[in-house]
Amino acid sequence: MNHNYEKVATIVTKYGGNRDSLVSILQDIQAEYHYLPEDALRLVAQQLDLQLIQVYGVATFFKAFSLKPRGEHIVTVCLGTACHVRRAPAVLDEIERQLGIEPGETTEDMQFTLETVNCLGACALGPIVVVDGKYYGQMSPGKVKAILNRYRKAPKARKHEEIEVSR
Amino acid sequence: MKRLKSAAELEELQARILSRRDPNRTCVVTSVGTCGLARGAEDVAQAISKTLSDLGLKDSIDVKTTGCQGFCEIEPVVVIYPERILYQQVTPADIPEVISESVIKNEVIERLLYSDPSTGQKIIHEQDIPFYTKQNRLLLDNNRLIDPHKIDDYLALGGYSTLAKALFEMVPEQVLEEVKKANLRGRGGGGFPTARKWESCRNAPSSDGVRYVICNADEGDPGAYMDRSLLEGNPHSVIEGMVIGAYAIGSHYGYVYVRHEYPLALKNLIIALEQAREYGLLGENILGSGFDFDIKISRGGGAFICGESTALMASLEGKIGEPRPKHIHTVVSGLNGKPTNLNNVETWANVPLIINKGADWYSQIGTEESKGTKIFSLVGKINNTGLVEVPMGITLREIIYDIGGGIPDGKKFKAVQTGGPSGGCIPESLLDLPVDFERLVQAGSMMGSGGMIVADEDTCMVDVAKYFVKFLTEESCGKCVPCREGLDRMLDILTDITEGQGKEGDIELLEELGGVIKETSLCALGSTAPNPVLSTIRYFRDEYEAHIKEKRCPAGVCKALITFTIDEEKCPGCQRCIKVCPQMAISGEKKKPHIIDQEKCIKCGLCRDICKFEAIIVS
Amino acid sequence: MVELTIDGIKTRVLEGTTVLEAAGEMGIVIPTLCYHPGLSAYGACRICIVEVVNGNSSSLEASCTLPVAEGQVILTNSAKVIKARKVIIELLIASCPNSKTLQDMAAEMGVNKIRFKIKDKDCILCGLCVRYCKEQMQSGGIGFIGRGTSRRVATAFGVTPEECRNCGGCEWICPVRERACMTDDLVNGLCGRCQNLVPVETCPVCTRCSESVGAHGHKVY
Repeated sequence: MNHNYEKVATIVTKYGGNRDSLVSILQDIQAEYHYLPEDALRLVAQQLDLQLIQVYGVATFFKAFSLKPRGEHIVTVCLGTACHVRRAPAVLDEIERQLGIEPGETTEDMQFTLETVNCLGACALGPIVVVDGKYYGQMSPGKVKAILNRYRKAPKARKHEEIEVSR
Repeated sequence: MKRLKSAAELEELQARILSRRDPNRTCVVTSVGTCGLARGAEDVAQAISKTLSDLGLKDSIDVKTTGCQGFCEIEPVVVIYPERILYQQVTPADIPEVISESVIKNEVIERLLYSDPSTGQKIIHEQDIPFYTKQNRLLLDNNRLIDPHKIDDYLALGGYSTLAKALFEMVPEQVLEEVKKANLRGRGGGGFPTARKWESCRNAPSSDGVRYVICNADEGDPGAYMDRSLLEGNPHSVIEGMVIGAYAIGSHYGYVYVRHEYPLALKNLIIALEQAREYGLLGENILGSGFDFDIKISRGGGAFICGESTALMASLEGKIGEPRPKHIHTVVSGLNGKPTNLNNVETWANVPLIINKGADWYSQIGTEESKGTKIFSLVGKINNTGLVEVPMGITLREIIYDIGGGIPDGKKFKAVQTGGPSGGCIPESLLDLPVDFERLVQAGSMMGSGGMIVADEDTCMVDVAKYFVKFLTEESCGKCVPCREGLDRMLDILTDITEGQGKEGDIELLEELGGVIKETSLCALGSTAPNPVLSTIRYFRDEYEAHIKEKRCPAGVCKALITFTIDEEKCPGCQRCIKVCPQMAISGEKKKPHIIDQEKCIKCGLCRDICKFEAIIVS
Repeated sequence: MVELTIDGIKTRVLEGTTVLEAAGEMGIVIPTLCYHPGLSAYGACRICIVEVVNGNSSSLEASCTLPVAEGQVILTNSAKVIKARKVIIELLIASCPNSKTLQDMAAEMGVNKIRFKIKDKDCILCGLCVRYCKEQMQSGGIGFIGRGTSRRVATAFGVTPEECRNCGGCEWICPVRERACMTDDLVNGLCGRCQNLVPVETCPVCTRCSESVGAHGHKVY
């Protein structure tokens, strides 16, 4: 964990120190540190000359942001309409059971964080679960265990700069 | 890449590109949009490259990757040009055969061909597939010819010539007039006349002359992904549209607001913008015309409400996505208080088409009030899931049956949900409704951004209504009382109904509360939120009543109201269901009827899916 | 100057005036909660809705944010308005039952049942405290966090903000919790005693409820 948060200044400069770019700045910070650390947010408020509550308000408004450290592997379940009609909630239930956590939470061993999203736009392949940027289509509760096991044994996940799309 | 300094240089470049391309050369094309990638298209594309390399054929046979074609059901797709032989659901293991038999020897591999579900006939050529032939793919067709990472592909199709025409042969007012004559209406959901918006923005006073042009790519309706496909597969069509529009409006600053959940669209757009800039098609002094215009990208943060124009602009200003009332229009005072013109991705993509071929040509397509084509995403209980581009005025029946191939597994159609969370359901009795802006509203729904979710006899309409309300309670910004508190209470009532706790009077309460939320909410999210509930009550009141009065879910969906049991007479004791049950709730010996432990059963339905003897009964 | 008709009476006001202000100038009182003349209008509570008539149709708009327009026809207390306001006050009490202001409003409007589940948030998210801190005190120490039903007024990270000058304005300006409803037993979520002159034993003073004491104040963190 980087306690200096030097990258914050670089990111803010990249956007010209522009307050308008707050959402983009927070996204880059989250990509860098895997979540939005409190001290990083304080630095942003300072460097953009904004009230801290304004930064905090934006950080808590958008679902993409997490103010808590997230696990090594991010598991995202799509709950869009098409996926819902194909029983995505049953898939989510099974993942909750396997990991012992609810959406928004992280397992105690910091291995997995479970999140949900309201439509990824890949509806023909529903239900969809994304793990570390990889899309798994046509999911069913029966397939969950095997896929999670792949990651339980996997080495550390790659840096999450952007969600990658691959098999 | 050399910067182009005139329309003539653009023409020369296009000619040069074309001269280097031989349309008769064999080219193996794989579509690698998000859907394709999710099914392993990247591995297929790599296998093709490697196989050709290994065979020493890289110099004589071309390889191309394109964006999404919209026929998602059959991905990964490989098409061999110039004959356009189409292979569906290709795996890397198929590639050696594809190359040796089909590419080198020109033979057709039967087992990989698409077969028409209604006739069972195998179809060889992409252009003969009924799913495509019945559409009018003015916007989407080019996706098959363009590698979104190569601007030259777009130029080879005459891309940016329309921009040159607008900049050098027309004055801004003429561009505006042409779009007005074509009667282009917004494709994001509002259906507002585009030219009128442009004109208001152009005429609105601005102290420093700054005007903004925005592309709304925050496609949030669950089940709708038309904009994703356009941005992933043909980003230049949108960019060109925006530059032409900016010219007509007198704007030099543009934004594309892409939702967070579309990483590939974002990536392809970034590449496209860079390449356009390199060629001088974007930025200062475009094509030497003296017109400056550039585009910045902004990403969403996972908030559906940011698809609403005032919330989007707030987000662009670094604030939370709180809408504001529209008494003061955004075309007069929008982003940073300046006149701002916001249009949807598909709207922008229509612009080059109109300026290129003319308003007269364009207005021949569609109905009196709704011109042109519309892309719909046909999903849910439908055979041919995918993107469908059709002229306005086509009927729902044609879309669902002729193009969509009807309902899978011989099930009965029940309703189609249009307009996403702001829309409503259309029942079978209205299937011959021509699809256009006005007609859908009259039926109690709306076109919305184009999502069409098909429901069959096994879909519970109360559950669908509950789903949409739940979605909106999570996406509401929370500012105004009717939306924040009202929708939450609607969800309470709907949840009670689906759990067997519904009471007499609940339907009337939903109608009353829905009416107040519609009339008093601050923004369109709130004011359209009750639509799915009100329209399902309108057309499927009997389902609500069954849930409330009889504690029964006719479609067999609502978990609290159904039980899974095994029909002893049909169960041969194969133990398949026992193996698949996640709760280990089924027990039974081989060749003896099995039994489900009701205490453990979570009604996930896996046993029903796997049973080949229809022995699992849902009641 | 702009000419409009409110409740059948023609009036002329300066351009830029809101319908709420224009009505106020005529002595027509429209109920409000999130509005305060000294702060920017917000339009969150929707209690101030009025009917804007347009030929054969009409719409309901929040009068505190609606600018006057030439030829506008406004009804501040029509059947449509009253019906909608009653449901809104029901929703407000369902999320903040212990408020004398809201209970009195409900009693005045003749609401006799709260048909929705009571989920006491102790706040109606009107934003007056936030705007007071930002606009009047020029501090901006508190604000909205979260979204939807989990939206609430708070400070960053739950600690006292640097900007806070302990002015107490956020508590003072709160329209609902600054004076709590002191009764112990709400019936169907409703009290109504003040309006109906029924003394409440827990109220130390009862003088037609113009000066009842509510000691709770408004907790923001």
